[in-house]
Amino acid sequence: MSVGKSISRVDAYEKVTGRAMYTADLERPGTLVARVIRSTIANGVVKRFHLEKALAVPGVVKILTCFDGPEFLFPTAGHPWSTDKSHQDVADRRLLNTRVRVWGDDIGAVIAENEVAAQQALRLIEVEYEEYPPLVTVEQAMAPDATQLHPDFPGNILKQTEFRIGEPSYTQAAEEEGLARISKTYGVQTVQHCHIETAVSIAWMEKGRIVIVSSTQIPHIVRRVIGQATGLSWGKIRVIKPYIGGGFGNKQEVLYEPLNAWLTTQVGGRPVRLELSREEVMACTRVRHAMDITIGMAARPDGTFVARRFEGYSNQGGYASHGHSIIANAANGFRNLYTQEKVVEAQATTVYTNLTSGGAMRGYGIPQLSFAMESAVDDLALQLGMDPLELRLKNAMPEGYVDPGTGITCHVSGLRDCMQRGAEHIGWAKKRAAYQNQTGPLRKGVGMAIFSYKTGVHPISLETASCRMILNQDGTMQLQMGATEIGQGADTVFTQMAAQELELSPEDIHIVSQQDTDVTPFDTGAYASRQTYVSGMALQKTARSLKRRILDYASGLLEKPADTLRLEQGNIRDVQGNDLMALDVLATEAFYSLERPLHITAEESIHCTDNTYAFGACFAEVEVDIPVGKVKVLDIINVHDSGVLINPQLAQAQVHGGMSMGLGYALGEQLLYNDKAVPLNNNLLDYKLPTALDTPELYVDFVETVDPTGPYGNKALGEPPAIPVAPAVRNAVLHATGVAVGSLPLNSQKLVEAFEQAGLLKKAGGENV
Amino acid sequence: MFDVQKIYRATSVEDAIRALHRMEGSILISGGSDVLIKIREGKLAGCTLVSINDLQELTGIVMEEDGTIKIGPGETFTRITEHPLIRQHIPVLGHAVDQAGGPQLRNVATIGGNVCNGVTSADSAGALLVLGAQLEITGRDGMRTLPLEQFYKGPGRVDLNRGEILTAIRIPQKDYQGFGGHYIKYAQRAAMDIATLGCAVSLRLEEDRQTIADYRLAFGVAAPTPIRCRKTEAAVMGKPVSSRLLEEIGQLALGEVSPRTSWRASKEFRQRLVCELSGRATAQAVKHAGGETL
Repeated sequence: MSVGKSISRVDAYEKVTGRAMYTADLERPGTLVARVIRSTIANGVVKRFHLEKALAVPGVVKILTCFDGPEFLFPTAGHPWSTDKSHQDVADRRLLNTRVRVWGDDIGAVIAENEVAAQQALRLIEVEYEEYPPLVTVEQAMAPDATQLHPDFPGNILKQTEFRIGEPSYTQAAEEEGLARISKTYGVQTVQHCHIETAVSIAWMEKGRIVIVSSTQIPHIVRRVIGQATGLSWGKIRVIKPYIGGGFGNKQEVLYEPLNAWLTTQVGGRPVRLELSREEVMACTRVRHAMDITIGMAARPDGTFVARRFEGYSNQGGYASHGHSIIANAANGFRNLYTQEKVVEAQATTVYTNLTSGGAMRGYGIPQLSFAMESAVDDLALQLGMDPLELRLKNAMPEGYVDPGTGITCHVSGLRDCMQRGAEHIGWAKKRAAYQNQTGPLRKGVGMAIFSYKTGVHPISLETASCRMILNQDGTMQLQMGATEIGQGADTVFTQMAAQELELSPEDIHIVSQQDTDVTPFDTGAYASRQTYVSGMALQKTARSLKRRILDYASGLLEKPADTLRLEQGNIRDVQGNDLMALDVLATEAFYSLERPLHITAEESIHCTDNTYAFGACFAEVEVDIPVGKVKVLDIINVHDSGVLINPQLAQAQVHGGMSMGLGYALGEQLLYNDKAVPLNNNLLDYKLPTALDTPELYVDFVETVDPTGPYGNKALGEPPAIPVAPAVRNAVLHATGVAVGSLPLNSQKLVEAFEQAGLLKKAGGENV
Repeated sequence: MFDVQKIYRATSVEDAIRALHRMEGSILISGGSDVLIKIREGKLAGCTLVSINDLQELTGIVMEEDGTIKIGPGETFTRITEHPLIRQHIPVLGHAVDQAGGPQLRNVATIGGNVCNGVTSADSAGALLVLGAQLEITGRDGMRTLPLEQFYKGPGRVDLNRGEILTAIRIPQKDYQGFGGHYIKYAQRAAMDIATLGCAVSLRLEEDRQTIADYRLAFGVAAPTPIRCRKTEAAVMGKPVSSRLLEEIGQLALGEVSPRTSWRASKEFRQRLVCELSGRATAQAVKHAGGETL
């Protein structure tokens, strides 16, 4: 049995010894360096470049501008393509843009022999613009006199959607006498993924085709988008994905591969490396959308929810990227985590502004929702005088729930067990009571939050995956997945699944980590917490085909019916369990037999038409230093129901990473912009990503349900750990201080101001309460 | 790859001074943790450097005959924190510089660079100010000495003429013997951060272990340069330690600081920190000076 064991990562030794090859390791001799010329305004039009001085810098090979680039409009979101035009991603940008819509927009590129020459040239380029007023906020962008950023989107509204499930309207249902009601707006800030390896690719030409090595989560999608952006036929593009240093959704985006693919064509196919600096990644790739979400809730005195409403505005930034999908996912998540007697409704709006474009980031709209909704649940509990845990247990999604919007069924749920276990760990009942009525500058509190999360994108988008297996002469297996290892441990769990299905040892499964669109079977890639579930289905199907072929071949050799044979522990056995032939003997025979030579391989693809909910809860205990606004997390635990864990230790590591991301979201991270939409802190000093010293001991627990639809019973785990942490911390601060902070992050100045407003602190210099 | 025009590795302080005069516009580099960042940002791109990184004569932490502790400006933060003389006599300095950046930075960044950079957030500054640090500056025409407090000329500007090098930092015995000190770096993170406010206190108690005999208070990021609060200090001397006094210190200090609002923090928030942290740092310093825990 391999599934369920904490085997070491199959890439562990390569990675810790530095042998694993990343994009930068695959640079070819004579590689040129490209740097993007970036706009120094956020809203306007490029009128003219002055390139003379830059072109004179020794080592500068070529400078290309938006007046040279291809005219194709293309989408950048890493979604599966749709052949139905109405479901296609919005194509709203060119490789190099004349119409500037974000600060740092791509308006040209310098290609040079080395980094220094490229940088020197960049500093010498002068650009003339026609400038329009920058649109920083949703309100500014929706104002009647705002400049329209994209021709097809009047009012700068990318999209607005709404739904109502039940009767009558929220407003009418909430009017009923005797209900407790809240209506409050919660704000979440812009944050960035901060993956260790920045966006980087190396592109060159071979035999009239483009080859590009890139740090991406989605090699097959990158190929498609390069085709769309450059006009090249898709088959002429070859994308290679080596090991990558993190993505968190930012590399579920086709960032700079199309530009680099085009650049190499402009220098005769010479290899070109286009690598972004940290500052560029933070300001000019993608971010998690800032949103303002108004939550309305009406409940009976016993806590039963009667009606719920979500009204959200998402700040898209300059380009559509994943666009409205993110807040639409948040609205769907609002619908399905809780039930209500009468009605749930939502209205979601995504608005173009001049900030950094929002895209996919771990949790895809649900961390934003979770902060708003789970804060609202605690605010409502306070009004009802009810324990927030009780309130959630009473109203949370039951097993068997079928989402009326998507048809996704709750096949199995460990949500209530997650809550109970988390409560036990944190000492919920005791501490909720003990921390009432505190005084003094240091106060403690406990808080919680829960979530549900889908597994993959069905039925919103296509879910397909494929796998190839090749039997070697020695009875071992080459395993090739279209699904990608992005640090999360995909290669390891696929190895375990293959070993399980074929009853081999994991050491006998040789997974090919690198994807190469010329040879790798098709899969859309790593996102939506989909691969263990969806790509795992392709693996299972392929393994079963391979096994059948092995047994068919054995049947011929042994002259016994195939259905009397089994493949077990590297042996062909009969029904009594007697060893008839070792697999390596069979494999060698198959390769070299003069009578029946056969190369035993299997390749299958699947179409996944199911989905399932993963669940979890976070419980946090904090101590708040009121006069200086510091929150210390004393204890924190995430408890997850992600179905059966294929590799418990890797699962735990995944949760640790997500909790760290959640703590950053809760307490410090925020990408700031000035009123010209210029980023202020797009670097890792001024952007407060937590360090090891800021991170408390992270406790993790699992409730292992067996999902009837997932391979070996698994459900989503990649994204969920980042979701519930921020609202749990916020609710713990509420419990400690009685102050219901309405926005993230809970940084010190904001807290001090909130404490002043609540009367916990007098203005600086006054006496404290 | 760094955009450096030329780098000259000096063989002695004298040689470095000559090189600075000879190579127009050249910049001194030691640990490089400030200079390299500015080169990368483009602010110093294409610069000419004179390196004093390998000069033995700029390192060493020793006690001179009169009890003065002499710190070579080429000493790294890590070495200062770990040095027995620092640990024994001026732990507040070792503690302060141990809060700069992370281990990698502290292994290369030098205290001389931190002082000469002149920024208000420098983690060594507050501690050195309350320790009454004296700077020895060497130029073509010889040596001069001045207190650190007079070294600051404005944000990022110090009293260093072309071709002058900081060659020693001295802490006189009268400024550390019998003192207890404490430095609080208030930042948004526990590591890898710059101070939102830095507060250093050094004090000596009378034999009753209750009355303040000598008191020094300094701040970083509370003004354009690191500052000492002389009026507050004067008002505190001779008073018995009490929680009332701690609050008074905060109030008094408010009158001597001039923090500004930036996107990093508001003036009001920094003022609150001035009040709150001066009391907290004083309480801790009292403990270190052998007094009662308040």
